[in-house]
Amino acid sequence: MMRALRVPIFYLPIFVGLLLWELAARAGLLNPNLFPSLGDVLIAFVRLAEKGHLLQHAGVSLFRQSSGFFLAAAFGIVSGILMAESRQVRNILEPLLRATFPLPKSALIPLFILWLGIGDAAKVAAVFLGCLLPIVVSTYNAARGINKQLVWSAWSLGTPTWLIPWKVVLPAVLPEVMSGLRTALALSFTLMVSAEFLIGQRGLGYLIATLGEDGDYAGMFAAVLAVTLIGFSADRLFLWLSGWLLSWREP
Amino acid sequence: MALIEIDGVSKIYPLENNRELTAIDRVNLTIGDGEFVSIIGPSGCGKSTLLHMIGGFVPCSSGEIRVRDVKVTSPGPDRGIVFQHFALFPWKTVLGNVEYGLVERGIAKAERRRTAQAFIDMVKLSGFENTFPNRLSGGMQQRVAIARMLACEPSILLMDEPFGALDAQTRKILQEEIRELWQRFRKTVVFVTHDVREAVYLSQRVVVMSARPGRIKTIIETGLGPDASRAAIDQKADELWDLLRDEVVRTIAEERPVA
Repeated sequence: MMRALRVPIFYLPIFVGLLLWELAARAGLLNPNLFPSLGDVLIAFVRLAEKGHLLQHAGVSLFRQSSGFFLAAAFGIVSGILMAESRQVRNILEPLLRATFPLPKSALIPLFILWLGIGDAAKVAAVFLGCLLPIVVSTYNAARGINKQLVWSAWSLGTPTWLIPWKVVLPAVLPEVMSGLRTALALSFTLMVSAEFLIGQRGLGYLIATLGEDGDYAGMFAAVLAVTLIGFSADRLFLWLSGWLLSWREP
Repeated sequence: MALIEIDGVSKIYPLENNRELTAIDRVNLTIGDGEFVSIIGPSGCGKSTLLHMIGGFVPCSSGEIRVRDVKVTSPGPDRGIVFQHFALFPWKTVLGNVEYGLVERGIAKAERRRTAQAFIDMVKLSGFENTFPNRLSGGMQQRVAIARMLACEPSILLMDEPFGALDAQTRKILQEEIRELWQRFRKTVVFVTHDVREAVYLSQRVVVMSARPGRIKTIIETGLGPDASRAAIDQKADELWDLLRDEVVRTIAEERPVA
């Protein structure tokens, strides 16, 4: 009984917040033109969903977000491990990392649009670049701090040197990599929406911007709600996957 | 017959501003096939480094180490190693760890299961095959590491303070078990420790190293059979401690910050 109630109790503050929102709207405390009631938002959500709009735009956005995210994951993990293993790679990549670390990646979106056009490529590039850094940094730091004796053990048990990164380093750094990936996942939705705000005719970011411009604030809120739900679900899915992959850490 | 020949081996680490640190200074030592040799010395004397060089993990600065007349240049499955802190693969179960070397050698699944199980049984971990290392006590983890090493059937066992991280009671049990294992298989063991009694109890010869730079101060034949009395072991350990004591005192004096 208590176990079944744990999740609803954990999220209780959200339900209380939503309830206060609806009550405030009904009591006339909010300007209905600027701050629609929860009920209106939900009605707009159903309206957008029914027309198939929401799903279409969400599909486009998810494609961009996941392409950028997975490319960044593959590229980031490989270069993080290579940086830790090879001085040459480190000498090339470390200055680049340090220089780009404080740079807000969204500032580059207009440049990407200039270079890659207004289609998917610029948006994927923005997500990719934004996700890259936390993944590279977490992988690199973990790989550098790896217990050398794990590598020695594998050597003495017959693993050839070229397979060490795959057989020993990657599984050993996985916990840190997963937490870097989780940060990147959250960033990927931010960058996706930001890139879609700027230009294009499709995607949830576009939908939010265009509904806002049309003064359909309930619809705009509904689109924001859709982004939130997708981001939240992606994070929960990621946590589940992470727990499964790292089940060996559980005491 | 000489199995391991350590021939004028030094280890020198470069320091800042062109200075160097001599960790090991021209060590010569020959270890015979099937011998159990312990290396003791004060902390920082380079005894572990010497073991790592036999393993091929760390290169010699000068001199060379030969195993069966072949110069050691890299690690190899003929030399198994266990470390003080076990170095098990935490993402693999007990079975996965013990099987690891067999997988690397391309042994078929059914056979490697059988082999791994035999070694798991030997180190008394039956029933823990599917447990992950972080759910095991230190003593059990070290048993897994020993089984993982033995499963590859190395002819030389390198043991780097293997019981240093264990509590006194567990250490005692594992010492007895290692002695039994050695008497059964007669593999060559090079055993690094700073526990004098442990060295005497387990080995045929004890190599005493000096404080840094690590040199061989003396080599003692324990001359104790498998059923040596407690008194005989204690007496030999006291003898050895007298030799080691000066080196330990010297190490402590050097570590003390200059006022």
